[in-house]
Amino acid sequence: MPEMTLIEAVRQALDEELARDERVLVIGEDVGRRGGVFRATQGLLEKYGEERVIDSPLAEASIVGVGVGAALYGMRPVCEIQFADFIHMAFNQVVNEAARMCYRSNGEWTLPMVIRAPYGGGIGGGIYHSQSVEAFYAHVPGLKVVIPSNPKDAKGLLKAAIRDPNPVMFFEPKKGYRLIRGEVPEGDYSVPIGPAHVSREGTDLSVFAYGMMHHYALQAAAQAGAEGISVEVVDLRTLLPVDRQSILASVRKTGKALIVHEDNLTGGYGAEVAAILAEEAFGDLDAPVMRLCAPDVPGIPFSHAMQEWVMPNPQKILGAIRRLARF
Amino acid sequence: MMELTTDLKREMFWTMLLARRLDERAWLLHRQGKIAFHISGIGHEAAQVGAVFALRRGFDWVVPYYRDLALLLGLGYTPRDFMLALMGKRGERTSGARQMPSHWSFKAMNVVSHSSPVATQALHAAGIGLAIKRRGEERIVFTSTGEGSTSEGEWYEAVNWAAVHRLPVVFNVQNNQYAISEPASRQMAVSGAAERACGMGLKGVSVDGMDAPACHRAFLEVFDHVRSGAGPAVIETCVYRITPHSSDDDDRSYRSREEVEHYKQNDCLPRAEKALGLEPELVEELERKAKAMVDDAVAFALSAPDPDGPEAAYPVYAEDVRDA
Repeated sequence: MPEMTLIEAVRQALDEELARDERVLVIGEDVGRRGGVFRATQGLLEKYGEERVIDSPLAEASIVGVGVGAALYGMRPVCEIQFADFIHMAFNQVVNEAARMCYRSNGEWTLPMVIRAPYGGGIGGGIYHSQSVEAFYAHVPGLKVVIPSNPKDAKGLLKAAIRDPNPVMFFEPKKGYRLIRGEVPEGDYSVPIGPAHVSREGTDLSVFAYGMMHHYALQAAAQAGAEGISVEVVDLRTLLPVDRQSILASVRKTGKALIVHEDNLTGGYGAEVAAILAEEAFGDLDAPVMRLCAPDVPGIPFSHAMQEWVMPNPQKILGAIRRLARF
Repeated sequence: MMELTTDLKREMFWTMLLARRLDERAWLLHRQGKIAFHISGIGHEAAQVGAVFALRRGFDWVVPYYRDLALLLGLGYTPRDFMLALMGKRGERTSGARQMPSHWSFKAMNVVSHSSPVATQALHAAGIGLAIKRRGEERIVFTSTGEGSTSEGEWYEAVNWAAVHRLPVVFNVQNNQYAISEPASRQMAVSGAAERACGMGLKGVSVDGMDAPACHRAFLEVFDHVRSGAGPAVIETCVYRITPHSSDDDDRSYRSREEVEHYKQNDCLPRAEKALGLEPELVEELERKAKAMVDDAVAFALSAPDPDGPEAAYPVYAEDVRDA
C-alpha cells in the first residue's frame, strides 16, 4: 500500500470523487487557482475546470448557502471553509438551512453535501486559526460530524461523506495534514460514517479521542505500555451519530475512561461521551470518568509558550493515563 | 410586448381573488381562535401573479418567502393545502405540519423549502442558478423577499455571487414599505432595492407592484433578460402591506389608520379588475366560486386529523424518509 500524508489523502479523495461523479463540485475560497491554502485542492482546477472547482467570493455563509442550493438541484457540492474559525459566519446556513432541510420539508428535499474545514491548534495560528468547532455541530440533529485521524480514514471517510445523502461536516486536523503519514489502500474504498475504531487494544483503561488528539493518544498509550499500563485507544471518527456501542464495549472491558479533546472542556464533546458512560455503563466503571481538554479560555494564544500550555499533548495525556491507572 | 390573452387575464385575476379571500378567511379564523398564526400577503397579490404567470411554471425554479400565497396558488398549491397548513393538520403538503403556515415547499413544481430567518434562501437561489448554468439549461430561478431582507448580509452575498458568476437568478424584492414596524427608510439610504443593484453589477428594475399587467410585463422582460444569459437581475415590486406583519402584530402602534386607508384606495385587486377588463358578471361568478372553495377548504381542514405526536421523530436524515 502506498504511504501518504493526511492532506494527500484528502486531495486524492476529492480527485477520485470528482472523476467518478460529474455532480461533485468543489466550492471555496482559493480552492481553484491557488489549489487551497493547505493545497487540498491542488491540481483539481486544471483537471476539472472552473465550473466544478469554484473560487468563491470571500463570504463564508455564501459558500455553504450556494452549496445548499446546488445540492437542492441535484449536485453534490463539497464546500471548503478555509479555517474552521471562519465557519461561524456560515453557522446559520449550516444549522438553520442545511441541517433542517430534510426535516422541515418532511423529506421532500434532502441535501447531499459536505462541508470541509481544517480545525485545531498547535500550529502557531493564534486565536482565529486554531479553533475546534465540532461540539457546536455535534449538537445539531440533521448533520453528520466526521473527524479523521489518519490518511486511510481521511480518504475513506471523505468519500463516504461525498456519497452520503445528508449534510456532513468534515473537520480535518490541520496540524496532522503533513505530520501524520500512513498507508492508504489502493483503488476505490470508503470508510463508513458512524463506527468508531479501536486503534489499540488494551485492558486497564480506555482513551477516547479523535483527530490530532487520537494521534497523540496512541503515542501516550505506547509509552504507558512500556510502563506496564495496558491502554485501549478508541478513535471516535464520527461524532454524530455517536457510536455508543463501541464506547460502551470498551469501557465494559477496561472499567476506566479518559476522554481527550483539544476543544475546551465545558460543553465539549467529551461531556456527551461522559454522559453516555454515566447513563449506560455506571456499573462497569471502576473510576470516575476523566476528561483531558483545553482549559476554558476563548482561544489558543499565538505565543508558543501559551499555546503549549493550552493544548493537550502526549505528555499531558500520559500523565492523565497514569493518574487514572492508579485510581 | 406580448398581449395578455383573455384566458390569462382571467387566470391572473382569479388567482389574486382566491389568494385574497383565503387570506381574509385566515384572519377571521384567527379571530375565532381556530388557528394560532397567520402571516398575510394582502396587498402583494398583483406583484405575485405578475411574476408567476411570466414564469415557465414547473420548469423554472422558485425560492419563495412567506407572503407568496398568490404565487403558490399560481403554481398549483390549493386552498385545501393552505387550510391544512394554517391548522397544522395531517397531510399538510409543505412540511407535514412541522413548519409554521406559509413556509412553502412544493417539489413537483420546483418550489424549494425555506425557513423563517429572512434572506437565507437567496443564497440557495444562487446555488440553484449555479447548477443550472453548469448543466447549460434554459431555466431561471425566481427568488423573493421583502425589502427588510435586503439588509441581510446573506442577501448581498447571494446577489454578489449571482452577479460575479452571471447566474440566471431573478431576485424579486416585494417592497411593502415595512419590516414589521420599521419603514423602508430604516433599511436603506437609497430610494429602493433596484437602486441597490446598481453598485453590484446587475440589472435593477422597479415596478408598481399594485398594477398586475404592469408587473406581468416587467417580469416577462426581466425573465427574458436573465434567460438569455445576460446575468441576474433585481426586480423590486412596490406594494403596501395592508395588514399587520402577522397575526401577532398590532400595526396601530407604528402607523396611522389614515396611511393604511390611503393605500387601500389603491388596492391591487379592484385595480386588476379594471385593468384586466373583467366583466362584472364574471367577477361575481368568480367570487361565488372562491367562497365555495374557501368554505370547502376550511371544512376539510377542520375535519382533518392532527398528525400523530411520534411523527415528530422523523425524518431527521435522508435515511428516515418514508413514502407518505
